[in-house]
Amino acid sequence: MTFKNYTTPIKSIHTIYTFYRDGFRGMVLGKKLWTIILIKLFVMFVVLKLFFFPNYLNKNFQTDEEKGNFVLEQITANASKSQSK
Amino acid sequence: MVDIDLSMVNWARAQFALTAMYHWIFVPLTLGLSFLCAFFESIYVRTGDKQWRAITKFWMTLFGINFAIGVATGIILEFEFGTNWSNYSWIVGDIFGAPLAIEGIFAFFLEATFFAVMFFGWHRVSKGFHLFSTWMVAIGSNLSAVWILVANGWMQNPVGMIFNPETARFEMNSFSEVVFNPVAVSKFVHTSSSGFLFASLFVLTISCWYLIKGRHIQMAKKSIVVASVFGLLSSSFVAFTGDESAYEVAQKQPMKLAAIEGLYKGQTKAPIEAGILNHDKKPGDDQDPFIVKVKIPFLLSLLANRSLNSFVPGIDDLVYGNKEQNIEGVASKINKGKAAINDLALFKQARKEKNSQKADLALADFRKNQEYMGYGYLNTPEEAVPPVAIPYYAFHIMVTLGSFFPVLFAVFLFYAVKGSLTQQKWLLPIGLISGLLGLIAQQSGWVVAEVGRQPWAINGLLPVKMATTNLSAVNVQITFFMFLGLFTILLAAEITIMLKQISIGPEGGSLK
Repeated sequence: MTFKNYTTPIKSIHTIYTFYRDGFRGMVLGKKLWTIILIKLFVMFVVLKLFFFPNYLNKNFQTDEEKGNFVLEQITANASKSQSK
Repeated sequence: MVDIDLSMVNWARAQFALTAMYHWIFVPLTLGLSFLCAFFESIYVRTGDKQWRAITKFWMTLFGINFAIGVATGIILEFEFGTNWSNYSWIVGDIFGAPLAIEGIFAFFLEATFFAVMFFGWHRVSKGFHLFSTWMVAIGSNLSAVWILVANGWMQNPVGMIFNPETARFEMNSFSEVVFNPVAVSKFVHTSSSGFLFASLFVLTISCWYLIKGRHIQMAKKSIVVASVFGLLSSSFVAFTGDESAYEVAQKQPMKLAAIEGLYKGQTKAPIEAGILNHDKKPGDDQDPFIVKVKIPFLLSLLANRSLNSFVPGIDDLVYGNKEQNIEGVASKINKGKAAINDLALFKQARKEKNSQKADLALADFRKNQEYMGYGYLNTPEEAVPPVAIPYYAFHIMVTLGSFFPVLFAVFLFYAVKGSLTQQKWLLPIGLISGLLGLIAQQSGWVVAEVGRQPWAINGLLPVKMATTNLSAVNVQITFFMFLGLFTILLAAEITIMLKQISIGPEGGSLK
């Protein structure tokens, strides 16, 4: 780590903190980009994920065994009614 | 029998393709522009010339805009896995878990940590540490891509796993086989170097715009020199890795190779034929696959098998079999696949009845044919053929543009070194549109890779139609148009912000 004025671990943490704090405070175009990122993440995780993209298996089944049995049922469904053995 | 709503499958496919194609606008630019920023900054640190610092900050700002708009767009693909592709995501969960988790860790530690230093650190950390951070962002971004492409490579050539009939999952039994899967390796080097190429074209496009407008001429010229060198090296490497990638396709996915070459009847000493496809052509009929064509003798045999006299199977050989060449037809594979599925069903039934002897017998029978399991879901042998025209034309667009780019970079480099770039009025408009051509080549490459492997989600093991969730098509249609809207807004935002920053030019300073 070669942050300027680095001498002790505590001072180093403080330097890193002020580095990020001043960086975020000094943003101009960056603020616009962060706004876009936050809106995008909100739309993705709060709107789309919650209301439109539930995980089908997690929503309908509790355990891995149930999920496995369901998928097994799906991929063998055609076979089960025409078993030749 | 489970009713499969084919329109749902197609909408889910379209939605995934839409998301992936939008995502792939941002990613290659990140992969390549991060390295270009590192080159610009290395020159600045070495020379101490403040103009190079301004150049670095300018391209770093555009890199930052692209990164910010593009970040997390890939997460939507993971949402789609859980909702639209639940069978698939369950079946491959054990394989994809490790690579995607490693990708997340790399992305967080290497990109996120050093990204802040890269943008906030000018004048606050030493020049050397700032440069180190820029290189780490470049390396980190590209290492993130490794793991995604390992996952994609596994879908094209599933290795290092065994199917567990109790859990209905493919389980990894060799991490090294998955990571060093030859398809994944060739895919990574080809894809990342194509990102370098695309970013070099992007720099060329914007620099040419400045030269045409007569603004920031010194910056534009210097940027063109670096981009041309990087672009020339990258495009040459792309050609080399593309050849390796095609060789792997020939060995592991011969149907894809036959489709992208429009080859129906296999041949020894096979020529490469290219032209306009006959769209009435069907597998097994006697029509010529081409309406108009040119032919280069021996070349396909050489490219596919590294031997001029070798046999390259065509679609008809792969679908209907070819005893002479010891190629098994799809009909026979369908029978074996159906037997595997029946044995899997028997195993499931025996486990339910707690009849371990019957279960062991069914499992032993299943293992005999498990490699053909996916074929058991096909209704006809012809279903194993991808839609030939799409990968064929996409492949030829990609190859044509890929052959043009090294020449373009060489010409730009020649005139830039000669110092007469601004006098080449004919060349600058070509440079101006080169970024768009690069984007078309990028997208065509993914069309070849993904449409060419149809009907498979996992090559030979799971067709796309069995990978989906049994949802109604309406659900997927709604979210398709939502994504179309969301991504279009994001793309418009990126273009607007970038154009504004480009119009300000290097005096806009670094991204703050």
